[in-house]
Amino acid sequence: MPDAAALTIEDLVAGYGQVTVLQEVTLAARPGTITAVLGANGAGKTTLLRTISGLVKPRAGRILVDGIDLARRRPEDITRAGVAHVPEGQGVVTELTIEENLRLGGLIRSGGAARSAALADAYQRFPLLAERKRRLAGTLSGGERQILVIARALMAAPRVLLLDEPSLGLAPRMVTQVMDLVRRLRDDAGLTVLLVEQNARSALAIADHGLVLNLGKVVAAADAATLSADVALRRHYLGF
Amino acid sequence: MQEFLEFTLGGIATGMIYAAIALSLVLIWRGTRILNYSQGGMAMFTTYVAWLVIQHTGSYWAGFAVALAAGLVLGSVLEFAVVRPTENKAPLNAVIVTIGLLILLEGLAGIIYGGQYRSFPAAFSIKGLKAGSVGLGISPNDVFTAAAVLGAAVILALVFRYTSVGLRLRATAFAPAVARLLGVRIGRVLTLGWALAGLFGALAGVLVTSSTFLYPNSMDSIFVLGFTAAVIGGLDSPVGAVVGGIVLGVVLSYAGGYLGSNLVLVYGLAALVLVLMIRPTGLFSSGVTRRV
Ligand SMILES: Nc1ncnc2c1ncn2[C@@H]1O[C@H](COP(=O)(O)OP(=O)(O)OP(=O)(O)O)[C@@H](O)[C@H]1O
Ligand SMILES: [Mg+2]
Repeated sequence: MPDAAALTIEDLVAGYGQVTVLQEVTLAARPGTITAVLGANGAGKTTLLRTISGLVKPRAGRILVDGIDLARRRPEDITRAGVAHVPEGQGVVTELTIEENLRLGGLIRSGGAARSAALADAYQRFPLLAERKRRLAGTLSGGERQILVIARALMAAPRVLLLDEPSLGLAPRMVTQVMDLVRRLRDDAGLTVLLVEQNARSALAIADHGLVLNLGKVVAAADAATLSADVALRRHYLGF
Repeated sequence: MQEFLEFTLGGIATGMIYAAIALSLVLIWRGTRILNYSQGGMAMFTTYVAWLVIQHTGSYWAGFAVALAAGLVLGSVLEFAVVRPTENKAPLNAVIVTIGLLILLEGLAGIIYGGQYRSFPAAFSIKGLKAGSVGLGISPNDVFTAAAVLGAAVILALVFRYTSVGLRLRATAFAPAVARLLGVRIGRVLTLGWALAGLFGALAGVLVTSSTFLYPNSMDSIFVLGFTAAVIGGLDSPVGAVVGGIVLGVVLSYAGGYLGSNLVLVYGLAALVLVLMIRPTGLFSSGVTRRV
């Protein structure tokens, strides 16, 4: 039922310069679900997220969020339309304090009251950040930074959350925490999540659906359980 | 001892002018990584606007206020119309554009106002202040100059630190790509940076010209010294710009006072070369490397 989808991508083509990376990628994510985007290095996962959030201009295709086509809009406008992108390698602003990083995420909310409420929410949900709010974000560990960038993305009250390898480089205990957090965002806040992961096993463990990219093409799309059970697919593309 | 006091206070007062120019350069550098070679021209141009208003109204303060407003407008118009098209082009394009702007502004000023030297009024008395019988080497107008720049710098610091506009300005300076992804409209923020730079340039122009003369190239040497102050401060740091301005002002005042005042610009260039040799990132730069 594509009409009911929070995020629909139709025949998306995108790349860099002469190089075409995404070749007619299509997907539909229902509201309140996690879709794992999987594939080997260089498959085009990051490019897909960057195209959705407007950092890469699509050459063709549509990107519908709640039925509105956002393709070819500017990144800042796409964010304002309710899509939050937590990029690969995080993007904490290390020169700003933790609180300033959070406030930055909430600036697109209109009104001081909404911003303050969002900040209070963030501190309640992540006490770790509340304790250190006056410290520079550069003093946080990798795992703490990952929590901060997700919390910062949530400050904008997005409907769609794009997460690029949130577990990259984290200790196993932090990976579990981050995955738990993503699951709770779906269950409690009803967020629609696109979760890019190298770690296919842990992504599929919390995802509702999965999408496997290879050389910029969708080679499999099914519910998470089906993908997990497909031994050939796992061996071929997912490496577990 | 008496001389030393005079040179020190006089140096601080002049240094605040360099600080204002340095701040204007830092505001643009932080946001866009562009060194605005037209900053002196912009300051000169808005000073002519002040001069015109003072001629017509007879009010120094009307001229002062209009110059600051003109600085804001000129900065934003130039960013929007001239600099923005060089975005995403090679950095050299921006350099050429701002040098071209300088030539354009100085040429326009020559056409509109002529090339002759004009005197520009001071806000307050330029008679030397005394503490008892000891001359201080500065006038009430120098005190006003220092206070005006310092006041503007403090307001800027408060805006940076405590307002959401300031947060946008800082985030854009540190991490433009991240700011964009969080919905910050980078284009507007950059325009604002140029507008504020125009304001500080206008402030410097109006304040310094009362002790020099107004002509199309009148800000050229002040620009070089303001640039030196900015480099001393690290180009990145507003606090560094102010401190750099004061340090340079005082050092040049000693050099001019004790070694002879004809070569102040040469001393300034020597200071610039020295700083670049000893500490290329400046004394206050936060970043280890300069992003280009
Ligand atoms: N800025 C760029 N310019 C040119 N080519 C690029 C650029 N970024 C990525 N590519 C190419 O696009 C292809 C897809 O890269 P992408 O980063 O989307 O893959 P990925 O699936 O995210 O990989 P990884 O798992 O390593 O993060 C690769 O072949 C890569 O070399
Ligand atoms: Mg990637």
